[in-house]
Amino acid sequence: MSAQPKPASTPSDPPRRFSTISDMEIKECYTADDLDGREADAKIGKPGEFPYTRGVYPTMHRGRPWTMRQFAGFGTPRDTNERFKFLLARGQTGLSTAFDMPTLMGYDADHERSLGEVGREGTALSTIDDMAELFDGIPLDEVTTSMTVNCSASIVLAMYFAVAERRGIPMSKLGGTIQNDMLKEYIAQKEWISPPVPSVRVIVDMIEFCTKEAPRFHPVSISGYHIREAGSTAVQEVAFTLADGLGYVEAAVARGLKVDDFAPRLSFFFNLHNDFLEEIAKLRAARRLWARLMRDRFGAKNPRSMMLRTHAQTAGCSLTAQQPVNNVVRVAIQALAGVLGGVQSLHTNSMDETLALPSENAAMVALRTQQIIAEESGVTNTVDPLGGSYAIEALTDRIEAEAEDYINQIDKLGGIVRAIELGFPQKEIAEAAYRFQRQFDRKEKVMVGVNRYQNDEKPSIDLLRIHADTEDKQSARVRAFKAARDQTRATARLADVRSACRDGQNLMPPLIAAVKDGVTLGEICDVYRDEFGVYRDPAWL
Amino acid sequence: MSADPRLRILVAKPGLDGHDRGAKIIARALRDAGIEVIYTGLHQTPEMIAEAAIQEDVDAIGLSILSGAHNTLFPAIMRLIKEKGGDDIAIFGGGIIPEEDIASLKQAGVREIFTPGATTDDIVAWVRTNVHPRS
Repeated sequence: MSAQPKPASTPSDPPRRFSTISDMEIKECYTADDLDGREADAKIGKPGEFPYTRGVYPTMHRGRPWTMRQFAGFGTPRDTNERFKFLLARGQTGLSTAFDMPTLMGYDADHERSLGEVGREGTALSTIDDMAELFDGIPLDEVTTSMTVNCSASIVLAMYFAVAERRGIPMSKLGGTIQNDMLKEYIAQKEWISPPVPSVRVIVDMIEFCTKEAPRFHPVSISGYHIREAGSTAVQEVAFTLADGLGYVEAAVARGLKVDDFAPRLSFFFNLHNDFLEEIAKLRAARRLWARLMRDRFGAKNPRSMMLRTHAQTAGCSLTAQQPVNNVVRVAIQALAGVLGGVQSLHTNSMDETLALPSENAAMVALRTQQIIAEESGVTNTVDPLGGSYAIEALTDRIEAEAEDYINQIDKLGGIVRAIELGFPQKEIAEAAYRFQRQFDRKEKVMVGVNRYQNDEKPSIDLLRIHADTEDKQSARVRAFKAARDQTRATARLADVRSACRDGQNLMPPLIAAVKDGVTLGEICDVYRDEFGVYRDPAWL
Repeated sequence: MSADPRLRILVAKPGLDGHDRGAKIIARALRDAGIEVIYTGLHQTPEMIAEAAIQEDVDAIGLSILSGAHNTLFPAIMRLIKEKGGDDIAIFGGGIIPEEDIASLKQAGVREIFTPGATTDDIVAWVRTNVHPRS
């Protein structure tokens, strides 16, 4: 028998501190006194009405369930196409594409820098033929597709539009989202080619082009996910994400676009971490703050310009390699927070993702988790069931206020691009990440199975292995593709892209023409490197 | 007790992935433990890392890699270090690295691999015990 449990506290102990995973202190009990008196009702509002605290639609998940959109991609485009079909056959309702590191950094599979990385973290993709194979047999006019790619996003989108056209589907019928959020790359995910200013120009080109030609497509998904994964707090996640969003809106308005023409197609992407109440409050705070900023700073009139519609994904960094089946439980709690926080689209992580990309079985359990929440738990029967809870509303108020303080600080620095150049968000996040790590090391923050309740046994779950010949096959395919194209045409098309980089005309039309004539992703990114310059990691510690 | 004050460690991020949370935390924890740390920043080629290690005359290199390319990049870096006469530089690493790959990397001469869940205290303690100033 084990020793007597230690009493909860003794007079000599320091008072126990209760705080969220972001280290936000939490009171013993919240009451009406914690809300803003008569202001409270207006701030909470009604679902589907400004300031959208309770959700962007009046009937929320009761009217229409969220899109179950599992992020998938590995190996060759053919391998990923098979996984897409596996997921669709099991009731998934949207697609989400993961690309490998060479694609994400703008190198073809046969480039020296791609060595060892092809097909490892997502699907390889260098050419229009790869794009055609990736979506082979999938009805692009019926399924909406999300593509997680940033510095090479303009080219990937051009390839997607070109493949749809080959199949007789006009751009106007294509629905989906391309992440295309470079500002958070400098802040957190760190996949880049060029410095912030030319990167934002390319993004505005895409916003402008999609607004006219592909109005059902979301040309940017303003992402807090990676900011949180890099170790930010919940407040920082809201603040830096909305600051990035403001940066894009300012740049598009400066281009001469009208806010109500493009803002309705901006979408967001948030993280769902472990701290249940904090995460629900975070999503509500982000919605309310965005609505107010769009109205007050840009004079948005269209309600859809003020609505923060968001995808969310459970937190990869919360998963543990130790006792990996426990991750199923974490993911379920995080996903439930997302649903109660009012997301429009959701990815649930697989239990094996700290060890490898998801196996088929693990990916299915993750999808089933969403289906259980949607169809068994009953939480979708009523809209925003936690609205009006003293604790939730008080936390929502606090996250909103603290995030707004950060946004004001960024304004004082001269806006988000300047703040990034100065390393302000990067350093704030690194500080928070280090603070959490030290709290974890001291066991003030617990990860079950890692710093408490450890078992000795090794995990035994089947992992996905990437075929050893993926890289050779894929680079041979790219070389054969380049050899077979009309070189003269390809060279001319690439020169057109270069001129557009220089003279400021919208890049999308020459990009679409170039990929149709066989210009590869890596070749276009080389032009970006030449024309826009190469960004290097400032390596702040 | 802090580590041997003469120790110099290169913390390096090979490959294309941008996951630098771990590398930065380790760099900072080693620095807090009194070790001199040089951090390369992201997206380094094996050549850049080997060159930096020799130039900076470090005693060890800590490699952080989360892109799955460890079986290509670790051996490439080790080969280059040897070619440049740095056989006695201790190489250790961390990231998303499956168990069976850890065994083969260690056989190839990687001194230690830390996986998610390792504390900064574990890593600092390992460095204190296993890394010594090169003569």
